[in-house]
Amino acid sequence: MYDFTGLIQGINKWLHSILPAVAADVVGWILIAAAFLGLFAILGLVLVLAERKIAAFFQLRLGPNRIGPWGIFQTVADAIKLLLKEPVGTNRADSFLYNLAPYFVIIAALMSMSVLPFAKGLHAYDIDIGVFFVIAMSSLGVMGILLGGWASNNKYALLGAMRSGAQMISYELSVGLSILTIVLLSGSLRMSDIVASQSDYWFIFKGHIPAWIAFMIFIIAGTAETNRTPFDLTEAESELGAGFHTEYSGLKFAFFFLSEFVNMFIIAAMGAILFFGGWMPLHIGGWDGFNHVMDFIPPIFWFFGKVSFLIFLIMWFRWTFPRLRIDQLLTLEWKYLLPMNLANILLMAFIVLMGWHL
Amino acid sequence: MSYFGDIGKGIKTLLSGMKVTGKYFLNARKEIITQQYPENRDTLEMFERFRGEVVMPHDENNEHRCTGCQACEIACPNGSIEIVWDRKVDEETGKKKKYIVNHIYHLSMCTMCNLCIVACPTDAIKMAKKFENAVFDRTALTKVLNKPGSKLMDGVEE
Amino acid sequence: MKTEELIINPQGKTEEYFINMGPQHPATHGVLRLLLTLDGEIVRKVDADLGYIHRSIEKMTEFDTYRQIVHLTDRMDYLSAHMNNEAVCLAVEKGLQIEVSDRVKVIRTIMTELTRLSSHQLWWGVIGMDTGALTTFMYAFRDREMINDIFEETCGARLTMNYFVPGGLMWDIHPNFQKRVKDFIKHFKTKLPEYDTLLSDNVIFRKRTEGIGILSKEDAISFGVTGPGARASGVRCDLRKKHPYSAYDRVEFKEILGTKGDTFERYRVRILEMWESMHIIEQLIDNIPEGEILEKTKAVIKLPKGEFYQRVETARGEFGANIISDGKKSPYRMKFRSPGFSNLSVIDHLAKGWKVADLVAIMATFDFVIPDIDR
Repeated sequence: MYDFTGLIQGINKWLHSILPAVAADVVGWILIAAAFLGLFAILGLVLVLAERKIAAFFQLRLGPNRIGPWGIFQTVADAIKLLLKEPVGTNRADSFLYNLAPYFVIIAALMSMSVLPFAKGLHAYDIDIGVFFVIAMSSLGVMGILLGGWASNNKYALLGAMRSGAQMISYELSVGLSILTIVLLSGSLRMSDIVASQSDYWFIFKGHIPAWIAFMIFIIAGTAETNRTPFDLTEAESELGAGFHTEYSGLKFAFFFLSEFVNMFIIAAMGAILFFGGWMPLHIGGWDGFNHVMDFIPPIFWFFGKVSFLIFLIMWFRWTFPRLRIDQLLTLEWKYLLPMNLANILLMAFIVLMGWHL
Repeated sequence: MSYFGDIGKGIKTLLSGMKVTGKYFLNARKEIITQQYPENRDTLEMFERFRGEVVMPHDENNEHRCTGCQACEIACPNGSIEIVWDRKVDEETGKKKKYIVNHIYHLSMCTMCNLCIVACPTDAIKMAKKFENAVFDRTALTKVLNKPGSKLMDGVEE
Repeated sequence: MKTEELIINPQGKTEEYFINMGPQHPATHGVLRLLLTLDGEIVRKVDADLGYIHRSIEKMTEFDTYRQIVHLTDRMDYLSAHMNNEAVCLAVEKGLQIEVSDRVKVIRTIMTELTRLSSHQLWWGVIGMDTGALTTFMYAFRDREMINDIFEETCGARLTMNYFVPGGLMWDIHPNFQKRVKDFIKHFKTKLPEYDTLLSDNVIFRKRTEGIGILSKEDAISFGVTGPGARASGVRCDLRKKHPYSAYDRVEFKEILGTKGDTFERYRVRILEMWESMHIIEQLIDNIPEGEILEKTKAVIKLPKGEFYQRVETARGEFGANIISDGKKSPYRMKFRSPGFSNLSVIDHLAKGWKVADLVAIMATFDFVIPDIDR
């Protein structure tokens, strides 16, 4: 539970011992892909249930409670329903793009997940531009939304998709710049390096005030990236009905729906990795006894604990705030977040230069 | 400076809003306002004036108080009540007297306006608390309120 | 389009397009159909297409007795059921020239103010939903539930009460009525400030509503806007003050007036009206005089020949019931003046030039009930 390096290497060695080298590699990749697909499905189901339960508690309700104890199989039943549903679409839609769009979204989400370090040694692809890779992939996801809205040949969907385009282009900047603030501290884009350099203090403590500001900007922009309230203009059910996925049903709708939740997980995981030390336990430099106690909690729990906290925060936003208007959304980004972000980077660079960080 | 002031004020209002919802989230168990309907059937008690459907109370001798005066039929705004009546000779006085054959009530048309209850001079009908009126067959919503073989209570005069 | 043209006319020439908002749309709160002409996100024209829930109530009244008409008005503006009933009852009482007892007047006033509160609560929950804050809906319903319980206990129903009858009330109030109302007022006084924290003060909500859809005083009068929508523009149109009916002449309350006439002002007027409604109920709830519940009327009410009009202030504005009688048991013609119909006419004027999201917010502040518009 503490270090997965041995386990992963053991599996790898065992595969190589029974299979030729190429076959062993292919089988290894398939195993990893299957593991990620499994994680994807489980995350989708768990997060949808969690959202519904948390929303219910915010709203003084009980939430789903009919299927299974406390309704824990509700989302499984929903998934089965969506799978069995007849795919209804418009016949004037551009069918190729219309069918392609959900896969764009879901593949982008899956690929971003591949570079996340879940625990020590539990890391599919420790690419040296890991952070950059996630940003790049999340920009790809918006293509799916744009395509879906455009190809459905529905004015509501088109409005939602166009809003999404404007929103994504703007908020990519904020996410990127707030991440850059932290990269200044870590000096690396490799996820494992970022986590490892937080072994004494998490970056949010290390970077003093600029790190806090960067975190706030990151969580705001991240919420916008995942199209959740108060930035859910692409769906905006009180204005556009369902926004870009108005014309989708059944499995294709499920893809859009799941990827929204997985994107939320990715944003929360990125927040945890960049600001809260990823799977690194809470360490305070010099307090060896305290650090040892903290080490008893396995890293994977630390990681998922931090991620759940951030997901809860994003859900809390959703069930409290009203939605912004499209021009206010852009005003917030270009007039408030971006200048603050740039000033913040300068401040962080100065702190790093002077060696004032912890 | 109002630029930074606005940011500060804005964040403060957002946080105070989150405080309200957060407070309810933490006390979610105590503050639940929804009712778990099919489960709470046993304890669910409607208010005594609740208007669910029109019924005609019968006493233990299978006697009701309806004289067949048709006041309810006239008072009903949408024809939910139909009274089939006849006359028969009263053995004691020898006069012909009106009696109801069937007091037909169309629940499917009733708007629960209570006008028939108010109109009834002999308090023969009243509103029941039953509210689970859904049925699979529409004909089940047409009811005959007087029980078979029932007759008018003694002493009830129009 | 050529590049030079774009430089000369930086706004460019864009194509306007139609979009059908409704009859099945979450923001129209019913089967209202709005034909929007949009330029990108900007609303150029709003055409309201009515009639999807037209049940010809006005025609139905010509075949009903006056007692039966009352229960139809429940189904028009169902959130102001008591006020609608009151308008018809008062008009019929005018025709019969009977004066109801003080007890009836006070109970009617308390009931209508409770209805106003419950209507405004629902409106508050819904304006939150329309602007994207879904949680407000449940908080509003928590408080509205208490009023519904009060209605259910005394009137026997939660929405279509039919409690006021020509000449008085259907029954006396339930013995628990006063206690329940006092409990509710006590409860709601702690919860109403929460409404402000959650939505009114919220910076996003302020930005969404302040300065949006400004209705000038002159326009409000010429479009026939009434109710909180007009009072936010500074029009003194509260019939409870101007032409007091029932027990409104014996209570002390402020007519909430706004100045700016924007969406937030209309929101604010409604929130403050809730405080005033509670103030009115507090003055009356302990002083319900003794008296007859129902004045003696004939079994079948026949109005003398003539025209009888009575208007009341519902939660949405001025509601009028006009009876033309030819001396029979049913009216010759009956006309209802519903606030929603006139208020809807101003939407095109207000939403022009604003965005789709603003249109939704503007509509929410007028609090349309579609059966009230169509009847």
